[in-house]
Amino acid sequence: MTHLLRMIVEPGFFGNAPVRVALLAGGVVALVSGVVGMFTVLRGQAFAGHALADIGATGGSGAFLAGINPLWGFVGIGVVAAGIMEMIGIRRPRGRDVATGIVLGAGLGLAALFLYWDATFSNTTGATISVLFGSMFVISGSTAGVIVVFSLLALTVVGLLYRPLLLSSVSTDMATVRGVPVRITGLLYLLAMAVAVSLAALTIGAILSTALLVGPAATALRLTSKTGLAVLWSGLIGIAATWLGILLAYDSFYWPPAQHGWPVSFFVVTLVFVFYLLAQLPAVGRLSGARARRARNGG
Amino acid sequence: MTDLDEEAATSLDAGTVASLSGAAMTAGQHLTGTGGDALTVDGISVRLAGREVLRDIHFTVRAGEFVGLIGSNGAGKTTLLRVILGLQQPSAGVVRIDGADRPRHAPAVGYVPQKVLLDPDMPLRARDLVGLGLDGNRLGIPLPTRRRRQLIDEMLRAVGAGLFGDERVGNLSGGEQQRVLIAHALISRPRLLLLDEPLANLDIRSEQEIVELLARVAREQQISVLLSAHEMNPLLPVMDRIVYLAAGRAASGTTDEVVRTEVLSKLYGQHVDVIHVHGRILVVAGRGDGPAEPVGEDGAHCAVPDWL
Ligand SMILES: Nc1ncnc2c1ncn2[C@@H]1O[C@H](COP(=O)(O)OP(=O)(O)OP(=O)(O)O)[C@@H](O)[C@H]1O
Ligand SMILES: [Mg+2]
Repeated sequence: MTHLLRMIVEPGFFGNAPVRVALLAGGVVALVSGVVGMFTVLRGQAFAGHALADIGATGGSGAFLAGINPLWGFVGIGVVAAGIMEMIGIRRPRGRDVATGIVLGAGLGLAALFLYWDATFSNTTGATISVLFGSMFVISGSTAGVIVVFSLLALTVVGLLYRPLLLSSVSTDMATVRGVPVRITGLLYLLAMAVAVSLAALTIGAILSTALLVGPAATALRLTSKTGLAVLWSGLIGIAATWLGILLAYDSFYWPPAQHGWPVSFFVVTLVFVFYLLAQLPAVGRLSGARARRARNGG
Repeated sequence: MTDLDEEAATSLDAGTVASLSGAAMTAGQHLTGTGGDALTVDGISVRLAGREVLRDIHFTVRAGEFVGLIGSNGAGKTTLLRVILGLQQPSAGVVRIDGADRPRHAPAVGYVPQKVLLDPDMPLRARDLVGLGLDGNRLGIPLPTRRRRQLIDEMLRAVGAGLFGDERVGNLSGGEQQRVLIAHALISRPRLLLLDEPLANLDIRSEQEIVELLARVAREQQISVLLSAHEMNPLLPVMDRIVYLAAGRAASGTTDEVVRTEVLSKLYGQHVDVIHVHGRILVVAGRGDGPAEPVGEDGAHCAVPDWL
């Protein structure tokens, strides 16, 4: 038994400081992404979420260029982009994709420039890789602290706006009539989402963070019909994918091609996808009542 | 009788609805004493995309009255309801809603929109949606108290949705969703309930049940109901008054006052005949020189329905 465990959890896994930081920061970020992501899916804002993540690359690469902690670049640009999207009209169903697309295009243009400069003028050769694919194992202790603070902030916003967000994703008209300030609710949510994807950009990378935002939520939808439980599941699935991913990445050091290790982001995103596929099995849908239970009509 | 029928039958038990809200009852009785108007629509005009969709609409709804807002497709029913709710700015006129004597946190108006897209993928049960009608504007996560659950259960039963409270709203049929949406709108005990074509998805039996339910709610809890429909006949037994929309204008009063050849001909701007058959009312256009046809969109002719 111990032998088997040894084979899965390589010796030194929990004793390794970067691994411990990765487990903490990665787990917290996954929880935030999962919880925030459930509302992204409910509100049909996956595109906006992806755009915010990609735009995060602009901030991250800019921060590398300026020599500051990329976390501030990711979060700063995400918040600005969310504000601009709201201003251009993300709350109108038709305007939504257009507003997102326009801001995304502009952001990626800058990212291309910054990454080019990063590669040409500064000697931060790893900038491109770490901005795009994350840097789970090189998060410093102090950065991890900031990550936890931002995570708590995003979770608080979504927790407070739980009901208004839910009602306005059913119908903005019904929410308005019920006294929900739909616009400010939408903006605050967009900001929380910007923070969530920015944090995920730091751990698994700017272009992969959408997977952690949308994947666990899409999986959780199939597991239960209770909203609160679905939100919880979404967070847990994100954490499971992240922790398993970290474990596999650590183990992969001994896999071919030897002595290099596979990127942790690859494992996390692949696990998210595998979980999603498993949840699509018909048996899972039946268990949860995601498919209609029609027994009552039979008598 | 199936389970559903039994459920529906018990749901129409007057006691269920009455027991729902003692507070609303007393508030209502108080209001009957004052005889206030629940809603006043005063000279509302609406321009959309350069076209005057509604022109100088006037009417009032008194406390506890059941009023039908009747008009064909495109007559402006949805637009008018949205103006009343403040979701749409009128180009002229004012809407007054008497919100006095309200318990705290309860909104003055309940609303059932014409179409709500309820995604089957949404992990939201019927009871969750009804719960959002109770406190959807509050911050934080709802505490699952016994009182909250009881209130939601009672409301679901009152609209004949007791059997599918735990199912996803997105998986329910159109008529079932309609009941859940009505429960959502009613549970906060509004003074005024606006429903946009709530009968459009229902079979004849459900249609009757919903109309009776709404009529009783209006009567017993002194909730004023303004309900839009393109067909007035199902509402004839319960309507206190009618607001008839055509060609962007409205005529209002009792059915006998409004649904008359002279009044409607003036409203449509063309001759129409009002015919009473078997307790139903047909409004048909024609000048006596051709076959009479029911009046359709803004006075345009439309096909003869098969029951004619
Ligand atoms: N946003 C808009 N821009 C331009 N015209 C509009 C808009 N919304 C509605 N209209 C027009 O206003 C008129 C009234 O529309 P409304 O939806 O109020 O009709 P309705 O009586 O509710 O019809 P239905 O029975 O089909 O629901 C229609 O001719 C419609 O084309
Ligand atoms: Mg309409």
